[in-house]
Amino acid sequence: MTTLLNIDGLTKAYPGVVANDNVSFSIQPGEVHALLGENGAGKSTLVKMIYGLVKPDKGRMTLHGQPYEPAEPRAARAAGVAMVFQHFSLFDALNVAENIALGMEKPPAMRDLAARIREVSENYGLPLDPSRTVGDLSAGERQRVEIIRCLLQDPKLLIMDEPTSVLTPQEVEILFKTLRKLSAEGTAILYISHKLEEIRTLCDGATILRLGKVVDSCNPREKSASELAEMMVGTKLTPPSRPEAEPGEVVLEVTNLSVKSANPFGTSLKDISFTVREGEVLGIGGVAGNGQDELLSALSGETLAPNDAVRLRGESIGHMGPNPRRHIAVLTAPEERLGHAAAPDMSLIENALLTGAIRQGLVRNGFLNWPATRIFAESIIKQFDVRTPGAGNAARSLSGGNLQKFVIGREVLQKPEVLVVNQPTWGVDASAAAAIRQSILDLAENGTAVIVISQDLDELMEISDRFAALNEGRLSPPRPARGLTMEEIGLMMGGAHDMEVAHAEA
Amino acid sequence: MLRLEKRPTPSRFWTAATPVLAVLLTMIAGGLLFMILGKDPFAAIRTIFWDPLFNEQFASYSRPQLLVKSGPLILIAIGLSLGFRAGIWNIGAEGQYIIGALCGAGVGLALYPMDAWFIFPLMVIAGALGGLLWAMIPALLKTHFRTNEILVSLLLVYVAEQLLASMALGLMRNPEGGGFPGSRNLQQYPSASNPELIAGTGMHWGIVAAFIAVIASYVLLNRHLLGFQIRLTGQSPRAARFAGVNPNALILFCLGTSGVLAGLAGLFEIAGPAGQVSIDFNQGYGFTAIIVAFLGRLNPIGILLAGLLMGLTYIGGDLAQFMLGLPAAAIQAFQGMLLFFLLGVDVLSNFRIRIGKTEAA
Repeated sequence: MTTLLNIDGLTKAYPGVVANDNVSFSIQPGEVHALLGENGAGKSTLVKMIYGLVKPDKGRMTLHGQPYEPAEPRAARAAGVAMVFQHFSLFDALNVAENIALGMEKPPAMRDLAARIREVSENYGLPLDPSRTVGDLSAGERQRVEIIRCLLQDPKLLIMDEPTSVLTPQEVEILFKTLRKLSAEGTAILYISHKLEEIRTLCDGATILRLGKVVDSCNPREKSASELAEMMVGTKLTPPSRPEAEPGEVVLEVTNLSVKSANPFGTSLKDISFTVREGEVLGIGGVAGNGQDELLSALSGETLAPNDAVRLRGESIGHMGPNPRRHIAVLTAPEERLGHAAAPDMSLIENALLTGAIRQGLVRNGFLNWPATRIFAESIIKQFDVRTPGAGNAARSLSGGNLQKFVIGREVLQKPEVLVVNQPTWGVDASAAAAIRQSILDLAENGTAVIVISQDLDELMEISDRFAALNEGRLSPPRPARGLTMEEIGLMMGGAHDMEVAHAEA
Repeated sequence: MLRLEKRPTPSRFWTAATPVLAVLLTMIAGGLLFMILGKDPFAAIRTIFWDPLFNEQFASYSRPQLLVKSGPLILIAIGLSLGFRAGIWNIGAEGQYIIGALCGAGVGLALYPMDAWFIFPLMVIAGALGGLLWAMIPALLKTHFRTNEILVSLLLVYVAEQLLASMALGLMRNPEGGGFPGSRNLQQYPSASNPELIAGTGMHWGIVAAFIAVIASYVLLNRHLLGFQIRLTGQSPRAARFAGVNPNALILFCLGTSGVLAGLAGLFEIAGPAGQVSIDFNQGYGFTAIIVAFLGRLNPIGILLAGLLMGLTYIGGDLAQFMLGLPAAAIQAFQGMLLFFLLGVDVLSNFRIRIGKTEAA
């Protein structure tokens, strides 16, 4: 069997950082090959080079033994390389077939295309109705559109970038069946992920990247998840911990909270109820776009709720805006770091003022106390190990992990009674993620009621006392996190969302 | 090949240096333009920038004009800059300027020939309220019906111009004017006039108001929570909402303040240098102030300097028309170049120019 894709010494440098340094590996036909690495390890740059989006500075690639230098994605597709991106490029207002036609150079007649979509999707166990509007599809179904768009090109190599981050465990199972079928037919798959268990169940080989370099390669089936993690991170990580403690009395109580989403394609919250106690961490899981942003803004006060739907120690606070809630120590850290939690072009000092003005007493009679604000910003930087030349630097100059530490630290240092965080470690490297999780647990240990909204189930299982899942704007009843199986978690997240699996008898 | 590279943090040096660079580039391009028109470029540039202040023959007349021309520009631009910082685009300062002038002058004319100390203060208040009223139309339409304030405020300029014409020809026409359009001359009515405070400087109450506005806006933007909220809203509206900013209140404040300041500028002009309500008393200060606001990088001190510079090109432009026979359109093109180059070189404060091979992808 000849090698499908051989990569030899690829190097790509950006100003200030070498994204890929002399990377070499190869993929055989039909192989499911994992590209494993932390955020910022260079996985994306590497696959962008393979897909023709980025031109390497040095190094060679061969496909089927022939030199392969795609100048643009079109050339890569013509050579049989297809890619499913983490972020979908679909138009909500168009239907499935129209979306797929848009990506084709010579789209066939719509009726033929619809028939082809139906045929391919049934064949690979990803049934999809070509006439449905994309805006009405779940994240998992949208991913199917992207996958089928690729499969219609009959690719020899399919690149998948973090495909499971938008799927429930049940949906992951369906996807894996499809990928195995493809692989059995000889299509190679380059699978990018940092989820170790997935890689162990799916992949035949793995190349591990760290800081742009290949540090190891292995057969992931022969390694344990912790061995893989060590290869990926380079050091042994201590999982966050805290002493067992009995949760105290109920601090935050949400009852029958229904809020209409401000965004026409957003998810409205429907009848959400839960309580959080002193010293307790409530983990809220769910696939992206199931009401996470809406829940956070209903808790932060950015969108107002019916007054009695949200209570702090029995007092109704649903009508309070963000600043009155800060007065009573209900603090939040939104998911979007740049542009929501922080203003990109403002300095860290100004960003410290953004949420710290009230509880830190940084404003008197409307006038700002800049020296005190600087001290507050510097204490966040110091205590949360934010790497930056100084508090006067703009927020956008920080790396994702460092800015996230700043955003979380800013709220933690204000001694919240209730802290709500959305995606606390999204796009953050492992050591920063561990530090952030530990700070959340320390806060809970000191009696704060914490709500962590996240799509990272491993993270939620690690730090939550109780777990609930958002699905289409509804929240499952919270259950103790300890002892929950992946199967149960998946069902709480909505199972396979009634997505059909190919009917064998059809 | 040249290539732009985004700076991690905006350069302080270039933020301050780009306006100077823009002025230099304008001089060069303007000089070329004047040369093509068959004039001596050096003489033209000197006539515009140097002669109004230092020429022995004209300076005694034109030097006071500098404050007279710059004052209203600065006053209006300061108001506009607050909104522009927050992403609220009041393009209709010209209309607020006219209505402020009409309301203020209206009070003065109504009380003629009464002689009392309170008439001028009353006119000032009426002028401010007039500008406020005219600015509240786009503001309330925006907060209640999500209309676009750019269009509404701009179109209201033309409504205001019609009102001005109607007033000059009708209600406010001088009954002793022999049927000529235009009101009584307020300069000849001491209780209602805005006189030159220090002889030979051009200084009048409007200039005082402009300086106060510069200082107040500097304090507001740098030391006050409201100023922080204005800047935050302009930079990231979502973060501003997270920080508890009420967007509607901010729209009312920014449009209201710019309306008040434009109205004041109109009142001080009509009670002072202009003197009477006439069809064409407005000279486009409200539009030029937009250029001044951007030329000054929406920064109060910058606006002060930009207003003086723009005032200078007005006076110098007049002088160049008169002395060198340059067409008025060439002077306007010259002023337009200033904004063009400023916006062009603005890229330097956020990007660095690298010379080297181009980057694919």
